[in-house]
Amino acid sequence: MTTATTTPRAAPSVAAGGDLAGTGTLIRFILRRDRVRLPVWIAALLFGTVATANSFQTLYANVADRQAAAQTMNSPAGLAMTGPSHYLQDYNFGSMMSHQMLGFMGIMVGLMSVLLVVRHSRAEEETGRAELIRATVVGRHAHMTAALVVVAAANVVLALLIALGLGGLGVEGITWDGSLLYGAAHAMMGLVFAGVAAVTVQITEHSRGAAGLGLAAVGIAYVLRASGDVGNEAASWLSPIGWAQRTWAYVDNRWWPLLLGVALAAVLVAVGFQLSTRRDVGAGLRQTRPGKAAASDRLTHPLGLALRLHRGLLIGFGVAMVLLGASYGSILGDAESMLGNIDVLNDAIADIGGVSVAESFASMIMVIMAILASVYVVMASLRARSEETAGRAEPLLATPLSRVRWLGSHLTVVLAGSVLMVLLAGLGFGISGASSMGDGSFLPKLLGASLAYVPALWVCAGVAVALFGLLPRLAALAWIVPIYGFIVGYLGQILQFPEWLNNVSPFGHIPQLPADELRLTPLVILTVLAAALIAAGMAGFRERGVNDA
Amino acid sequence: MTESTNTAISVAGLDKSFGPTKALDHLDLTVRTGEVHGFLGPNGAGKSTAIRVLLGLLRADAGTATVLGGNPWRDAVALHRRLAYVPGDVSLWPNLTGGEVIDLFARLRGGFDRRRRDELCERFDLDPKKKGRTYSKGNRQKVAIVAALASDVELLILDEPTAGLDPLMETIFADCIREAKHAGRTVLLSSHILAQVEALCDRVSIIRLGHIVESGSLSELRHLTRTTVMAETARPADGLADIGGVHDIDYTNGRVHFDVDGEHLDTVVGYLHSLGIRSLVSQPPTLEQLFMRHYGEDLAQATNGSTK
Repeated sequence: MTTATTTPRAAPSVAAGGDLAGTGTLIRFILRRDRVRLPVWIAALLFGTVATANSFQTLYANVADRQAAAQTMNSPAGLAMTGPSHYLQDYNFGSMMSHQMLGFMGIMVGLMSVLLVVRHSRAEEETGRAELIRATVVGRHAHMTAALVVVAAANVVLALLIALGLGGLGVEGITWDGSLLYGAAHAMMGLVFAGVAAVTVQITEHSRGAAGLGLAAVGIAYVLRASGDVGNEAASWLSPIGWAQRTWAYVDNRWWPLLLGVALAAVLVAVGFQLSTRRDVGAGLRQTRPGKAAASDRLTHPLGLALRLHRGLLIGFGVAMVLLGASYGSILGDAESMLGNIDVLNDAIADIGGVSVAESFASMIMVIMAILASVYVVMASLRARSEETAGRAEPLLATPLSRVRWLGSHLTVVLAGSVLMVLLAGLGFGISGASSMGDGSFLPKLLGASLAYVPALWVCAGVAVALFGLLPRLAALAWIVPIYGFIVGYLGQILQFPEWLNNVSPFGHIPQLPADELRLTPLVILTVLAAALIAAGMAGFRERGVNDA
Repeated sequence: MTESTNTAISVAGLDKSFGPTKALDHLDLTVRTGEVHGFLGPNGAGKSTAIRVLLGLLRADAGTATVLGGNPWRDAVALHRRLAYVPGDVSLWPNLTGGEVIDLFARLRGGFDRRRRDELCERFDLDPKKKGRTYSKGNRQKVAIVAALASDVELLILDEPTAGLDPLMETIFADCIREAKHAGRTVLLSSHILAQVEALCDRVSIIRLGHIVESGSLSELRHLTRTTVMAETARPADGLADIGGVHDIDYTNGRVHFDVDGEHLDTVVGYLHSLGIRSLVSQPPTLEQLFMRHYGEDLAQATNGSTK
């Protein structure tokens, strides 16, 4: 070879440093924008943790109380809602925290990390603000890096504060070693879900879609650990929440499961950066294709339009409900056999009143699924408000379309969608539950149980519509119903809230089928209440201005 | 019912406040049937608020409004069958195509002529297959314009419809408005583009701070304003300042440059003639000057006020 080889001149360092140029400025910019949001997230999670640890001291003052708690927790329902039974062996305040709170806090830090990453990456691109910033001296990866750095820092700060807050309590069983690990487990879960969001924001063009995918991952992680803790433990090892719980914080204090999470987070972030180089700013991974030049007859009907606008949410949430139901159904058989193996006494307690273990487990899971379905109901109900504020309602209402028909078309989709969501959850739960139990009668039982929640969901829709019609600027307050329902229905069962708190939530009045008897009166009353709220909202909307600030 | 046949829109003493800000302050407005009426004012003067009251989207605090003989709030649905609206800032559904949106609006309004709709898409060079999120601002505006023009209605209410359109499209839009007028439709055209209003409108109402300050045909309004004159005379025209209605006199290189109020034009030309005119250029008053006079004074007042 005589060809002279010219040594390729090293490209100017722009390639390396350039991709990250401006990251520092963007980090400060994010901190400035979220100077309220970040402290509120961290303070709320910290306060919830410390308050729970405190409440344990009064709830379970002596060893006998804690033993009793361990007994009740040692049921399929108890374990599915909390964590693995390893913690129950020595149930002190420390192991109680790890057992009962790590899973729940996993959802919370997941929520925080996903929402924050999406807010500072995809949401910025979607609104076109990122373009403005990208046109300045800012590198290709600066936005994503800045968002991830801030979210990672928030998780680490939260972990340290939780460790300090719990360790400093000086409560028996809550050791400094354990508290450090307990806090670090939070940071690990937060990092993993931030990594998940780093990938989902590359896939879809819409921040709502990216957040939805990220939160679905949080949900899947939670359900995997629930099924692993009740049935086959392998499932828990597939979930970052499961890894956090398997650190046995306050019991054995092993740190190595956290490494799994850190490794996964690193891989996810690398994938996210890699994907981001394959797309344009503002675009998703898939190119938008041209659509139809003319509208179908169905679309030009108000109900057809509403259906089209709600389609994505209906499909996405519907699939999630089926999967959620199916995964809980698959552990129904495990739940039954697990208790069968314990002792006769336990069986006797659980079977009181002729209700089988599987049935009482199913009724409890059903409440949780109905509350999740109410998240759909509120999201869909508030669609009318976002259409109004986005200026898309005005031109429609300037046609011969009356306000009642416009709002009514959205509401029809929401009310029918409520039925569909619980039905799909019940169907997934029923089919996989019946097969895991080997008892076909569970399908009709669970379907019926799920339908009983429809009136409660309609009340959620009613609250949202009433706010929309009468106090449109406060419409987002409708979120209080599912949030309150979740806190009372989920944490309330663990922390033993007083009964009246449960009665304020519409979900508290639904007979918990199949364990309970069917009572029609509360269902009728809730339906009437929903109708009254809807009528009030409709009347309010007819009398108020559109976008009347 | 002669009023309702001659008058398409009649508004008297309309008030509307948003919290502490007064958007409409005793607004009066009359639009005659069959005319193209310019609704002129700067941003934030209350044009859109007035239009949203006329569409029954907002309820006024006080005053009366009649649209096509009906009450815009009470008879909204019935009236909306007979009118079409183009908002100033069109926001489309991201996942619906432009064609779908046009059909949606046209069919909700009832009257729908597919051939006319396709022809309009072609004239405005609009691709109806693109999804809402991929349209530029000008193209979103075109979607709303085509949807409004494709419907067979008596009244077009257009709120700054050409914002974001390129000059070529603005010309096509102007043609469409002239056609609409020939077809006997009434048009209320809100704008801050004076040339457009001058070219298209029969009558003009100027709104300032939620109140109509001037209203009439273009020639009526021109009477209220000044003609710009540039003249070269045999003998120096140093007596100009003594004539009433002459403003801003400026002598350069033997020429004189000044503005004169409409009613004094005859006197001034007579005076110049007596001096021996060598050259004379006069520019007719433009709406822009009229506009600047109203808002210019306003601006001066505002700055004086703030320095005090």
